[in-house]
Amino acid sequence: MKPLFRIEQLGVNFGGLSAVAGLDLEIYPGEIVGLIGPNGAGKTTAFNAITGIVKSSTGKVFFNDVEITRFKSSVIAKMGIARTFQNIRLYDDLSVLENVMVAGHCSITYSFLEAVAGLGRFKRDETKIRDRSMELLGLMGLGSLQSEKADSLPYGSQRKLEVARALALNPKLLLLDEPVAGMNPGETADFLTLLQTAKRELKLTIALIEHDMSFVMGVCDKIKVIDHGMPIAWGSPSEIQSDSNVIAAYLGVPIE
Amino acid sequence: MVTRDRILTFLALCVLASFLWYAERSMGDYSVRILNNIAIFIMLAVSYNLINGVAGQFSLGPNAFLAIGAYTSALLSLSPEEKINTFIIEPLIWPLSVISVSFPVSLIAAGLVSAFFALIIAVPVFRTRGDYLAIVTLGFGEVVQVFANNLVSVTNGPLGLKSLTPYTNLTWSWGLCLLTIFCIVRLVNSSYGRAMKAVREDETAAEAMGINAFRTKTLAFVVSAFFQGIGGGLLAHLITTISPSLFTFMFTFNLLSMIVVGGLGSTTGAVLGAIIITWGGELLRFFEEPISFLGYSYKGIPGMRMVIFSTLLIIVMIFARKGLMGRNEFTWKGLFNLFQRRFGRPPQ
Amino acid sequence: MDYSFLIQQIVFGLTLGCLYGLIAIGYTMVYGVLRLINFAHGDLLMVAAYLVFFGMAIYNLSWPIAFIGAILLTSFMGILIDRGAYRPLRKSPRISALITAIGVSFLLENLGLVIIGGRPKTFPTPPLFEGAQNLAGIQIPNLSIWVFVMTGGLLAAVFLVVNRTKIGMAMRAVSRDMDTVRLMGVDVNRVISFTFALGSALAAAGGIMWCMKYPAIEPFMGVIPGLKAFVAAVLGGIGSITGAALGGILLGLSEVVIVAVWPEWSGYRDATAFTILIFILLTRPTGIMGEELPG
Repeated sequence: MKPLFRIEQLGVNFGGLSAVAGLDLEIYPGEIVGLIGPNGAGKTTAFNAITGIVKSSTGKVFFNDVEITRFKSSVIAKMGIARTFQNIRLYDDLSVLENVMVAGHCSITYSFLEAVAGLGRFKRDETKIRDRSMELLGLMGLGSLQSEKADSLPYGSQRKLEVARALALNPKLLLLDEPVAGMNPGETADFLTLLQTAKRELKLTIALIEHDMSFVMGVCDKIKVIDHGMPIAWGSPSEIQSDSNVIAAYLGVPIE
Repeated sequence: MVTRDRILTFLALCVLASFLWYAERSMGDYSVRILNNIAIFIMLAVSYNLINGVAGQFSLGPNAFLAIGAYTSALLSLSPEEKINTFIIEPLIWPLSVISVSFPVSLIAAGLVSAFFALIIAVPVFRTRGDYLAIVTLGFGEVVQVFANNLVSVTNGPLGLKSLTPYTNLTWSWGLCLLTIFCIVRLVNSSYGRAMKAVREDETAAEAMGINAFRTKTLAFVVSAFFQGIGGGLLAHLITTISPSLFTFMFTFNLLSMIVVGGLGSTTGAVLGAIIITWGGELLRFFEEPISFLGYSYKGIPGMRMVIFSTLLIIVMIFARKGLMGRNEFTWKGLFNLFQRRFGRPPQ
Repeated sequence: MDYSFLIQQIVFGLTLGCLYGLIAIGYTMVYGVLRLINFAHGDLLMVAAYLVFFGMAIYNLSWPIAFIGAILLTSFMGILIDRGAYRPLRKSPRISALITAIGVSFLLENLGLVIIGGRPKTFPTPPLFEGAQNLAGIQIPNLSIWVFVMTGGLLAAVFLVVNRTKIGMAMRAVSRDMDTVRLMGVDVNRVISFTFALGSALAAAGGIMWCMKYPAIEPFMGVIPGLKAFVAAVLGGIGSITGAALGGILLGLSEVVIVAVWPEWSGYRDATAFTILIFILLTRPTGIMGEELPG
């Protein structure tokens, strides 16, 4: 079986600073892969480089065997990679429903002229997007909040909304950047269930960045550890937990 | 589908139509002129709001597109004889010298030509720093003036175009105004409108969700220019004389004030802002005219109106940035709730 | 090709370019620290011009005092504009500050119209700046020589301030990352006020010299030079002071040389700046010396 997603020697440099270097990664369909490492290790930068928000300096990125290195964000999104953000980036002034419906924009078939005239395809596509968006909101447990403004939601709901929005792209690969940051154990467990349901129903492959170790160890099939921009370990949760390099990276003390 | 809202809107339009019919017959020329102005400015404000308010891109372009639309429409609607009479320095180039089309066709052409120029500007600006849109559009306004003054064989230079037939009446101005509102509202309520708002709220996140920000911004800008071009054509055939010095930055500034006061991002706000500022501008005119009052003679201060408006704009931006409507739109339900709150009973 | 004519045109272009450059520096500095296009910057030219006019015509001040006074007062006006109109909007979305900037610009122009009237006044150019030198058969205006000397001196001064003083370093830091600088205990507002003061002073100096070249002063005189100066700043690389000076000179030279070589296009001179702007945006948006500004 071929990997759905592959990175070869990804590197990102800012001026003289090397944020990411020599990152390799393979993700197979249906897996949940975790990307962990101490703060500032370069995890979000790697996500940004993959999704086209930041230009990678070296290396290649492959999705379904197609090279997507340095493609534009909107193109990558349309190809089937969706993401959430570490600092929540919702459309604050839009309603919850609109936030999700926006992601449906790339799937519409009507032109702007048809929108003005309100003809055939317009009504059909609008209904389709609306129904699908309501479905996703329901899946994430946000159905009753559809008309609320996005910035008025409690924190946990905002994180769930970001996921719902990303799912509206019908992605094959979902990148989650610290999805449960700031959540209490109850919310985290709730989110975990939602994530697993979504993955099952929508046949997703997931890569996630997280600091909450119990969450990561509990949900991921494989974990990649990076520190100072470079990969230092790769394996199953139990392998990672006992890897001396990983422990040293987190504690800063080498163990004899 | 017949709903309460649709019936109410239909009734409101009937009331408007009756009022305009009455105005045309019984109110003086001055009032009719103001009503025409209000309609045209509503149309301009609503389309300006699309690029500045809905898509969140700061353009200072309206006076340029107004000029382009006005000249296009005028050049196409004048008859060949009128053109020979007007172009006394250099004759008008062919084929414009022989073409003469009906008023509506000239308006459509005005819109399309404006839209075309908007498209040309959009490519360099939106592909790079959208920040620069303001300066580019401001500069474009100057360039249009420069070209209008120098291309004597096309625009008749500083002399301008005179004796245009006054085609613009209340039917045309209000009819096109309502059509513009209709089109813009439809567009904003579609996925394209949502995409524009997403780009406004967070462009990077929007791109990560598959929205091509360049195409979205360009669409808003071009559609906006289209209606501004038509507005220019209407204006030209209202005041019947146009010249390069007419289309100054003041137009853009007034439109900016209208959409800010009304609420940047709200189409309803643009309508309200247009009415308030156009009417208010007329009322404030007396500050600029000399008057005699109780034996005191007030000489009149030209330019005072604009001082008041600029100050108003600054104050609104600092203290009441959301304007009247914020980003909310008019709904019949909202109107009833407002009345109920004002007059005692709690809203449903 | 008439060489003396060409050299004269080049001198003219360089003179114009220096003036554009001086105004451009103010724009680029403010954009660097605030990411704001201060539309009111060009109008400071007008303010300085009127201050000199009134100083000399009404208060009979000698020209050195009038000039220096005008520069100081205009500098102060720059600080005032920032404090009054832009500072309250530091935390608001960018478009709010831009709209306010347009409002301030228009307000200044119309206040000028109301207070002073629309009829152009003549700038009182002191005799020292009139006339020309004859160098090898070519007439070089005295004013041009003064412009070169003053611009050189002012540029050197600006460099010293920006690169060798603490506040200059603070300015450069703020243009990189305002939030971090604030967290490090620097009074960012003071740095910004200083930026406005410096930029406004340069605009005033440039404006005064501009008026000695084009003596008609009227309330809207700063609009077009201001626009062109901003294009110069973009051309040179927005955020870079050297870039602004360089951009100004290039713009001035282009305007003059194009008209000299193709005189039938003289009516289109003002469109040169716009064409250059579009060209730069299409080919190298960061400008000649520019780099991607963070955020």
